[in-house]
Amino acid sequence: MATETTSQRPLPAPFNNSTDSLTLITQGAEALLYKTTFLTPTTPAALKIRPSKPWRHPTLDKRLTRQRILAEARVLAKCKRDGVSVPAVLALDWENGWTVSEWIEGVTVKEALRKRNLEEGDSAVQSLMQRIGHAVGTLHSIGVIHGDLTSSNMMLRQDPTTHGTLDGDIVLIDFGLATQATQEEDRAVDLYVLERAFGSTHPREEALFGVVLEAYGGVYKGARATLRRLEDVRMRGRKKSMLG
Amino acid sequence: METTHLPHLPDHPLHICLFEQVQNASFLRRQLLEGNTDFEYAFLDASVLLSKNHVLASCFRSINDLLNNRLKTRNVHSEIVFALSPNSNIAESFRRFGLSDDSKNIVAIKVGGDRAKIEEHLLANVEGKAVELTDEALAGMHDAARIRKIYRLEAPKKGEVNVLSRESEALLLGSMALKGS
Repeated sequence: MATETTSQRPLPAPFNNSTDSLTLITQGAEALLYKTTFLTPTTPAALKIRPSKPWRHPTLDKRLTRQRILAEARVLAKCKRDGVSVPAVLALDWENGWTVSEWIEGVTVKEALRKRNLEEGDSAVQSLMQRIGHAVGTLHSIGVIHGDLTSSNMMLRQDPTTHGTLDGDIVLIDFGLATQATQEEDRAVDLYVLERAFGSTHPREEALFGVVLEAYGGVYKGARATLRRLEDVRMRGRKKSMLG
Repeated sequence: METTHLPHLPDHPLHICLFEQVQNASFLRRQLLEGNTDFEYAFLDASVLLSKNHVLASCFRSINDLLNNRLKTRNVHSEIVFALSPNSNIAESFRRFGLSDDSKNIVAIKVGGDRAKIEEHLLANVEGKAVELTDEALAGMHDAARIRKIYRLEAPKKGEVNVLSRESEALLLGSMALKGS
Protein backbone atom coordinates (compact mmCIF):
# COMPACT_ATOMS: atom_id res chain seq x y z
CA MET A 1 0.00 0.00 0.00
CA ALA A 2 0.97 3.58 -0.48
CA THR A 3 2.98 5.12 2.29
CA GLU A 4 0.73 7.72 3.78
CA THR A 5 2.10 10.11 6.29
CA THR A 6 -0.26 11.56 8.86
CA SER A 7 -3.24 11.73 6.51
CA GLN A 8 -6.25 9.90 7.84
CA ARG A 9 -8.35 10.35 4.76
CA PRO A 10 -8.21 7.63 2.14
CA LEU A 11 -6.55 8.73 -1.07
CA PRO A 12 -8.64 8.94 -4.24
CA ALA A 13 -8.30 6.34 -7.00
CA PRO A 14 -5.93 5.33 -8.42
CA PHE A 15 -3.59 6.45 -5.64
CA ASN A 16 -5.42 4.32 -3.07
CA ASN A 17 -4.02 1.27 -4.85
CA SER A 18 -0.53 2.66 -5.31
CA THR A 19 2.68 0.94 -4.32
CA ASP A 20 4.67 4.10 -4.93
CA SER A 21 5.64 6.57 -2.28
CA LEU A 22 3.30 9.44 -1.46
CA THR A 23 4.57 11.92 1.09
CA LEU A 24 2.33 14.60 2.50
CA ILE A 25 4.05 17.96 2.05
CA THR A 26 1.47 20.45 3.15
CA GLN A 27 -2.19 20.81 3.84
CA GLY A 28 -4.44 23.78 3.21
CA ALA A 29 -8.12 24.43 3.72
CA GLU A 30 -9.04 23.07 0.30
CA ALA A 31 -6.35 20.61 -0.59
CA LEU A 32 -3.60 18.22 0.41
CA LEU A 33 -0.26 18.28 -1.37
CA TYR A 34 1.82 15.14 -1.75
CA LYS A 35 5.19 14.53 -3.29
CA THR A 36 5.17 11.44 -5.44
CA THR A 37 6.34 10.11 -8.79
CA PHE A 38 4.60 10.24 -12.13
CA LEU A 39 5.01 8.49 -15.51
CA THR A 40 8.37 7.06 -14.51
CA PRO A 41 9.61 5.93 -11.09
CA THR A 42 12.34 8.58 -11.18
CA THR A 43 10.21 11.59 -12.15
CA PRO A 44 9.12 13.51 -9.04
CA ALA A 45 5.70 15.15 -9.19
CA ALA A 46 3.28 17.09 -7.01
CA LEU A 47 -0.12 15.53 -6.36
CA LYS A 48 -2.80 17.95 -5.20
CA ILE A 49 -5.85 16.29 -3.77
CA ARG A 50 -9.10 18.08 -3.09
CA PRO A 51 -10.90 15.77 -0.67
CA SER A 52 -14.67 15.80 -0.72
CA LYS A 53 -16.28 17.76 2.06
CA PRO A 54 -18.75 15.54 3.88
CA TRP A 55 -20.85 18.49 5.07
CA ARG A 56 -21.66 19.63 1.55
CA HIS A 57 -24.45 18.20 -0.52
CA PRO A 58 -22.84 15.52 -2.75
CA THR A 59 -23.99 17.15 -5.99
CA LEU A 60 -22.72 20.57 -4.97
CA ASP A 61 -19.51 19.03 -3.66
CA LYS A 62 -18.80 17.34 -6.98
CA ARG A 63 -19.58 20.45 -8.93
CA LEU A 64 -17.34 22.70 -6.83
CA THR A 65 -14.45 20.22 -6.90
CA ARG A 66 -14.74 19.93 -10.66
CA GLN A 67 -14.96 23.68 -11.18
CA ARG A 68 -11.99 24.45 -8.97
CA ILE A 69 -9.73 21.78 -10.39
CA LEU A 70 -10.51 22.85 -13.93
CA ALA A 71 -10.20 26.56 -13.21
CA GLU A 72 -6.76 26.04 -11.70
CA ALA A 73 -5.57 23.74 -14.48
CA ARG A 74 -6.81 26.09 -17.20
CA VAL A 75 -5.00 29.05 -15.67
CA LEU A 76 -1.80 26.99 -15.36
CA ALA A 77 -2.12 25.89 -18.97
CA LYS A 78 -2.62 29.46 -20.08
CA CYS A 79 0.42 30.60 -18.10
CA LYS A 80 2.55 27.86 -19.65
CA ARG A 81 1.36 28.77 -23.11
CA ASP A 82 2.06 32.46 -22.59
CA GLY A 83 5.49 31.97 -21.08
CA VAL A 84 4.86 32.58 -17.38
CA SER A 85 6.97 30.27 -15.25
CA VAL A 86 4.57 27.90 -13.47
CA PRO A 87 4.52 24.13 -12.84
CA ALA A 88 3.29 22.07 -15.79
CA VAL A 89 -0.01 20.21 -15.40
CA LEU A 90 0.67 16.54 -16.11
CA ALA A 91 -2.69 14.92 -15.40
CA LEU A 92 -5.94 15.50 -13.59
CA ASP A 93 -9.18 13.83 -12.67
CA TRP A 94 -12.03 16.16 -11.80
CA GLU A 95 -14.29 13.32 -10.71
CA ASN A 96 -11.84 11.95 -8.19
CA GLY A 97 -10.49 15.37 -7.25
CA TRP A 98 -6.78 15.34 -8.02
CA THR A 99 -4.20 17.10 -10.14
CA VAL A 100 -0.63 16.02 -10.83
CA SER A 101 1.83 18.73 -11.72
CA GLU A 102 5.52 19.12 -12.28
CA TRP A 103 7.67 19.00 -9.15
CA ILE A 104 9.66 22.19 -8.73
CA GLU A 105 13.04 21.48 -7.20
CA GLY A 106 13.93 24.32 -4.86
CA VAL A 107 12.54 26.30 -1.94
CA THR A 108 9.78 28.81 -1.41
CA VAL A 109 10.82 32.45 -1.40
CA LYS A 110 9.65 32.53 2.21
CA GLU A 111 12.06 29.77 3.24
CA ALA A 112 14.89 31.26 1.22
CA LEU A 113 14.51 34.66 2.89
CA ARG A 114 14.14 33.20 6.37
CA LYS A 115 17.27 31.12 6.00
CA ARG A 116 19.40 33.61 4.17
CA ASN A 117 22.86 34.51 5.31
CA LEU A 118 22.51 38.00 6.76
CA GLU A 119 26.16 38.81 6.26
CA GLU A 120 25.72 38.74 2.52
CA GLY A 121 24.13 42.16 2.41
CA ASP A 122 21.16 43.42 0.48
CA SER A 123 22.24 43.00 -3.12
CA ALA A 124 21.10 39.36 -3.31
CA VAL A 125 17.74 40.35 -1.80
CA GLN A 126 17.41 43.18 -4.29
CA SER A 127 18.02 40.83 -7.17
CA LEU A 128 15.41 38.46 -5.78
CA MET A 129 12.91 41.32 -5.43
CA GLN A 130 13.51 42.26 -9.05
CA ARG A 131 12.79 38.72 -10.16
CA ILE A 132 9.60 38.69 -8.09
CA GLY A 133 8.43 41.97 -9.62
CA HIS A 134 9.19 40.67 -13.06
CA ALA A 135 7.35 37.37 -12.46
CA VAL A 136 4.22 39.06 -11.13
CA GLY A 137 4.33 41.64 -13.93
CA THR A 138 4.54 38.91 -16.55
CA LEU A 139 1.62 37.12 -14.94
CA HIS A 140 -0.50 40.27 -14.97
CA SER A 141 0.53 41.09 -18.51
CA ILE A 142 -1.29 37.97 -19.75
CA GLY A 143 -4.45 38.84 -17.83
CA VAL A 144 -4.11 36.44 -14.92
CA ILE A 145 -4.65 37.44 -11.29
CA HIS A 146 -3.07 35.02 -8.82
CA GLY A 147 -5.41 35.83 -5.95
CA ASP A 148 -3.08 34.75 -3.16
CA LEU A 149 0.36 36.18 -3.82
CA THR A 150 2.58 35.46 -0.84
CA SER A 151 6.21 34.50 -0.46
CA SER A 152 5.13 30.90 0.17
CA ASN A 153 3.36 30.79 -3.18
CA MET A 154 6.57 31.61 -5.03
CA MET A 155 9.35 29.14 -5.45
CA LEU A 156 12.98 29.55 -6.37
CA ARG A 157 13.99 26.82 -8.78
CA GLN A 158 17.28 25.61 -7.36
CA ASP A 159 19.71 22.74 -7.69
CA PRO A 160 22.29 21.56 -5.15
CA THR A 161 24.78 24.21 -6.32
CA THR A 162 22.43 27.13 -5.62
CA HIS A 163 20.85 25.64 -2.51
CA GLY A 164 20.97 28.03 0.44
CA THR A 165 21.31 31.13 -1.76
CA LEU A 166 18.70 33.53 -3.13
CA ASP A 167 19.52 32.53 -6.70
CA GLY A 168 17.12 30.74 -9.01
CA ASP A 169 14.23 31.43 -11.33
CA ILE A 170 10.91 32.39 -9.75
CA VAL A 171 8.12 29.86 -10.27
CA LEU A 172 4.67 30.95 -9.18
CA ILE A 173 2.64 28.17 -7.55
CA ASP A 174 -0.81 27.50 -6.08
CA PHE A 175 -3.27 28.99 -8.54
CA GLY A 176 -6.23 27.75 -6.52
CA LEU A 177 -7.62 31.27 -6.18
CA ALA A 178 -6.51 32.56 -9.56
CA THR A 179 -8.85 34.33 -11.96
CA GLN A 180 -8.54 35.75 -15.41
CA ALA A 181 -9.19 39.45 -15.32
CA THR A 182 -8.03 42.48 -17.19
CA GLN A 183 -9.13 45.13 -14.71
CA GLU A 184 -6.48 47.41 -13.33
CA GLU A 185 -8.23 47.24 -9.96
CA ASP A 186 -7.78 43.44 -9.76
CA ARG A 187 -4.10 43.70 -10.56
CA ALA A 188 -3.62 46.44 -7.98
CA VAL A 189 -5.35 44.38 -5.30
CA ASP A 190 -3.18 41.37 -6.23
CA LEU A 191 -0.09 43.53 -5.62
CA TYR A 192 -1.56 44.93 -2.43
CA VAL A 193 -2.12 41.43 -1.03
CA LEU A 194 1.52 40.63 -1.80
CA GLU A 195 2.73 43.85 -0.23
CA ARG A 196 0.82 43.27 2.99
CA ALA A 197 1.71 39.59 3.22
CA PHE A 198 5.33 40.39 2.53
CA GLY A 199 5.50 43.09 5.17
CA SER A 200 4.17 40.84 7.90
CA THR A 201 6.12 37.73 6.89
CA HIS A 202 9.43 39.44 6.19
CA PRO A 203 9.66 42.60 8.33
CA ARG A 204 13.44 42.55 7.94
CA GLU A 205 13.17 42.84 4.16
CA GLU A 206 10.07 45.02 4.05
CA ALA A 207 12.04 48.16 3.25
CA LEU A 208 13.22 46.54 0.02
CA PHE A 209 9.72 45.78 -1.25
CA GLY A 210 9.88 48.91 -3.38
CA VAL A 211 12.29 47.05 -5.65
CA VAL A 212 9.50 44.58 -6.48
CA LEU A 213 7.22 47.40 -7.56
CA GLU A 214 9.96 49.16 -9.45
CA ALA A 215 10.69 46.01 -11.46
CA TYR A 216 6.95 45.37 -11.93
CA GLY A 217 6.47 48.84 -13.37
CA GLY A 218 8.67 48.08 -16.34
CA VAL A 219 7.18 44.77 -17.40
CA TYR A 220 4.08 45.62 -19.41
CA LYS A 221 2.23 48.55 -20.84
CA GLY A 222 -0.14 49.67 -18.15
CA ALA A 223 2.00 48.49 -15.24
CA ARG A 224 2.61 52.10 -14.16
CA ALA A 225 -1.11 52.74 -14.09
CA THR A 226 -1.58 49.63 -11.94
CA LEU A 227 1.01 50.99 -9.51
CA ARG A 228 -0.84 54.29 -9.32
CA ARG A 229 -4.03 52.37 -8.60
CA LEU A 230 -2.16 50.47 -5.89
CA GLU A 231 -1.79 53.77 -4.05
CA ASP A 232 -5.59 54.14 -3.94
CA VAL A 233 -5.95 50.55 -2.75
CA ARG A 234 -3.46 51.22 0.06
CA MET A 235 -5.58 54.13 1.24
CA ARG A 236 -8.77 52.13 1.53
CA GLY A 237 -7.78 48.46 1.80
CA ARG A 238 -8.53 45.45 -0.31
CA LYS A 239 -12.30 45.78 -0.54
CA LYS A 240 -13.46 48.42 -2.95
CA SER A 241 -16.98 48.95 -1.86
CA MET A 242 -18.03 49.08 1.75
CA LEU A 243 -21.62 48.74 0.69
CA GLY A 244 -23.46 45.50 0.20
CA MET B 1 10.25 -4.74 -26.22
CA GLU B 2 10.12 -2.96 -22.92
CA THR B 3 7.81 -3.87 -20.06
CA THR B 4 7.21 -1.13 -17.55
CA HIS B 5 4.84 -0.07 -14.81
CA LEU B 6 3.46 3.43 -14.56
CA PRO B 7 3.69 4.76 -11.00
CA HIS B 8 0.41 4.22 -9.11
CA LEU B 9 -0.85 1.62 -11.59
CA PRO B 10 0.83 -1.56 -10.33
CA ASP B 11 -1.80 -3.88 -11.80
CA HIS B 12 -1.44 -2.60 -15.35
CA PRO B 13 1.98 -3.38 -16.80
CA LEU B 14 2.71 -1.79 -20.16
CA HIS B 15 4.48 -3.65 -22.95
CA ILE B 16 5.93 -1.08 -25.33
CA CYS B 17 7.86 -1.45 -28.53
CA LEU B 18 8.95 1.01 -31.18
CA PHE B 19 9.26 -0.38 -34.70
CA GLU B 20 11.31 1.36 -37.36
CA GLN B 21 10.75 1.17 -41.08
CA VAL B 22 7.56 -0.86 -40.85
CA GLN B 23 6.60 -2.46 -44.15
CA ASN B 24 3.14 -3.78 -43.35
CA ALA B 25 1.25 -0.91 -41.72
CA SER B 26 -1.75 -1.46 -44.00
CA PHE B 27 -1.96 -5.11 -42.93
CA LEU B 28 -1.85 -4.11 -39.25
CA ARG B 29 -4.43 -1.41 -39.81
CA ARG B 30 -6.73 -3.91 -41.51
CA GLN B 31 -6.52 -6.22 -38.48
CA LEU B 32 -7.70 -3.35 -36.29
CA LEU B 33 -10.52 -2.41 -38.67
CA GLU B 34 -11.68 -6.01 -38.87
CA GLY B 35 -11.63 -6.27 -35.10
CA ASN B 36 -9.16 -9.16 -35.08
CA THR B 37 -8.90 -9.85 -31.35
CA ASP B 38 -5.33 -11.16 -31.73
CA PHE B 39 -4.37 -7.56 -32.45
CA GLU B 40 -5.50 -5.78 -29.35
CA TYR B 41 -2.74 -3.22 -29.28
CA ALA B 42 -2.50 0.50 -29.33
CA PHE B 43 -0.61 1.23 -32.55
CA LEU B 44 0.64 4.81 -32.68
CA ASP B 45 2.21 6.65 -35.57
CA ALA B 46 5.57 7.87 -34.28
CA SER B 47 5.51 10.91 -36.55
CA VAL B 48 3.19 12.71 -34.12
CA LEU B 49 4.79 11.58 -30.86
CA LEU B 50 6.89 14.19 -29.10
CA SER B 51 8.51 12.14 -26.36
CA LYS B 52 8.22 9.04 -24.26
CA ASN B 53 6.36 11.02 -21.59
CA HIS B 54 3.86 12.07 -24.23
CA VAL B 55 3.09 8.38 -24.83
CA LEU B 56 3.11 7.44 -21.15
CA ALA B 57 0.75 10.29 -20.23
CA SER B 58 -1.72 8.95 -22.76
CA CYS B 59 -1.41 5.47 -21.24
CA PHE B 60 -1.95 6.83 -17.74
CA ARG B 61 -5.10 8.70 -18.66
CA SER B 62 -6.49 5.71 -20.56
CA ILE B 63 -5.89 3.23 -17.76
CA ASN B 64 -7.27 5.68 -15.20
CA ASP B 65 -10.37 6.19 -17.34
CA LEU B 66 -10.67 2.41 -17.69
CA LEU B 67 -10.55 2.01 -13.90
CA ASN B 68 -13.31 4.63 -13.60
CA ASN B 69 -15.49 2.99 -16.26
CA ARG B 70 -15.54 6.01 -18.52
CA LEU B 71 -13.77 4.94 -21.69
CA LYS B 72 -14.96 6.87 -24.71
CA THR B 73 -13.81 4.22 -27.15
CA ARG B 74 -14.01 0.44 -27.45
CA ASN B 75 -11.17 -0.58 -25.15
CA VAL B 76 -8.11 0.68 -23.31
CA HIS B 77 -5.94 0.30 -26.40
CA SER B 78 -8.06 2.42 -28.69
CA GLU B 79 -8.39 4.82 -25.76
CA ILE B 80 -4.59 5.31 -25.72
CA VAL B 81 -4.80 6.52 -29.33
CA PHE B 82 -7.77 8.75 -28.49
CA ALA B 83 -6.19 10.15 -25.31
CA LEU B 84 -3.33 11.65 -27.30
CA SER B 85 -5.71 13.98 -29.05
CA PRO B 86 -6.34 17.46 -27.67
CA ASN B 87 -10.01 17.26 -28.70
CA SER B 88 -12.86 14.77 -28.39
CA ASN B 89 -13.24 13.79 -32.01
CA ILE B 90 -12.61 10.04 -31.98
CA ALA B 91 -12.36 9.46 -35.74
CA GLU B 92 -9.95 12.35 -36.09
CA SER B 93 -7.80 11.11 -33.20
CA PHE B 94 -7.48 7.68 -34.86
CA ARG B 95 -6.57 9.33 -38.15
CA ARG B 96 -3.95 11.52 -36.58
CA PHE B 97 -2.36 9.28 -33.98
CA GLY B 98 -3.25 5.78 -35.15
CA LEU B 99 -1.97 3.76 -38.05
CA SER B 100 -2.35 4.85 -41.62
CA ASP B 101 -1.49 2.67 -44.59
CA ASP B 102 1.78 4.50 -45.07
CA SER B 103 2.91 4.71 -41.45
CA LYS B 104 6.62 4.05 -41.31
CA ASN B 105 7.60 4.14 -37.65
CA ILE B 106 5.08 2.88 -35.16
CA VAL B 107 4.78 2.37 -31.43
CA ALA B 108 2.94 -0.75 -30.27
CA ILE B 109 1.54 -0.83 -26.74
CA LYS B 110 -0.24 -3.62 -24.93
CA VAL B 111 -1.71 -3.17 -21.46
CA GLY B 112 -1.34 -6.32 -19.36
CA GLY B 113 -0.95 -9.87 -20.63
CA ASP B 114 1.89 -12.31 -20.89
CA ARG B 115 5.12 -10.60 -21.88
CA ALA B 116 6.70 -13.50 -23.74
CA LYS B 117 3.60 -14.16 -25.83
CA ILE B 118 3.10 -10.52 -26.68
CA GLU B 119 6.71 -10.05 -27.71
CA GLU B 120 6.60 -13.14 -29.87
CA HIS B 121 3.36 -12.11 -31.53
CA LEU B 122 4.52 -8.56 -32.20
CA LEU B 123 7.88 -9.60 -33.61
CA ALA B 124 6.17 -12.17 -35.81
CA ASN B 125 3.54 -9.80 -37.17
CA VAL B 126 5.10 -6.36 -37.40
CA GLU B 127 7.52 -6.21 -40.29
CA GLY B 128 9.98 -3.70 -38.95
CA LYS B 129 13.00 -3.29 -36.75
CA ALA B 130 12.21 -3.31 -33.04
CA VAL B 131 14.10 -0.59 -31.17
CA GLU B 132 13.86 0.98 -27.75
CA LEU B 133 11.37 3.80 -27.34
CA THR B 134 13.42 6.82 -26.31
CA ASP B 135 13.08 10.59 -26.69
CA GLU B 136 16.07 10.55 -29.03
CA ALA B 137 14.52 7.92 -31.28
CA LEU B 138 11.22 9.84 -31.44
CA ALA B 139 13.03 13.12 -32.10
CA GLY B 140 14.43 11.58 -35.26
CA MET B 141 11.00 10.39 -36.42
CA HIS B 142 8.49 13.05 -35.54
CA ASP B 143 7.20 15.86 -37.68
CA ALA B 144 7.48 18.95 -35.49
CA ALA B 145 5.30 21.05 -37.77
CA ARG B 146 2.47 18.52 -37.59
CA ILE B 147 2.67 18.24 -33.83
CA ARG B 148 2.54 22.02 -33.60
CA LYS B 149 -0.50 22.11 -35.81
CA ILE B 150 -2.39 19.40 -33.92
CA TYR B 151 -1.75 20.97 -30.52
CA ARG B 152 -1.97 24.52 -31.80
CA LEU B 153 1.47 25.51 -30.64
CA GLU B 154 2.93 28.73 -31.92
CA ALA B 155 4.89 28.42 -35.12
CA PRO B 156 8.64 28.89 -34.74
CA LYS B 157 9.92 32.39 -35.43
CA LYS B 158 11.23 33.07 -38.88
CA GLY B 159 14.71 31.68 -39.30
CA GLU B 160 14.40 29.34 -36.33
CA VAL B 161 14.61 25.62 -36.90
CA ASN B 162 11.30 23.90 -36.35
CA VAL B 163 12.17 21.79 -33.34
CA LEU B 164 10.07 21.23 -30.27
CA SER B 165 11.48 22.24 -26.93
CA ARG B 166 11.14 20.60 -23.57
CA GLU B 167 8.53 23.25 -22.75
CA SER B 168 6.25 22.02 -25.48
CA GLU B 169 5.86 18.68 -23.71
CA ALA B 170 4.18 20.56 -20.86
CA LEU B 171 1.73 22.15 -23.31
CA LEU B 172 0.86 18.80 -24.89
CA LEU B 173 0.32 17.07 -21.55
CA GLY B 174 -1.78 20.00 -20.33
CA SER B 175 -4.03 19.84 -23.40
CA MET B 176 -4.44 16.10 -23.00
CA ALA B 177 -5.20 16.35 -19.29
CA LEU B 178 -7.88 19.01 -19.86
CA LYS B 179 -9.56 17.17 -22.69
CA GLY B 180 -13.24 16.48 -22.16
CA SER B 181 -13.58 19.10 -19.43
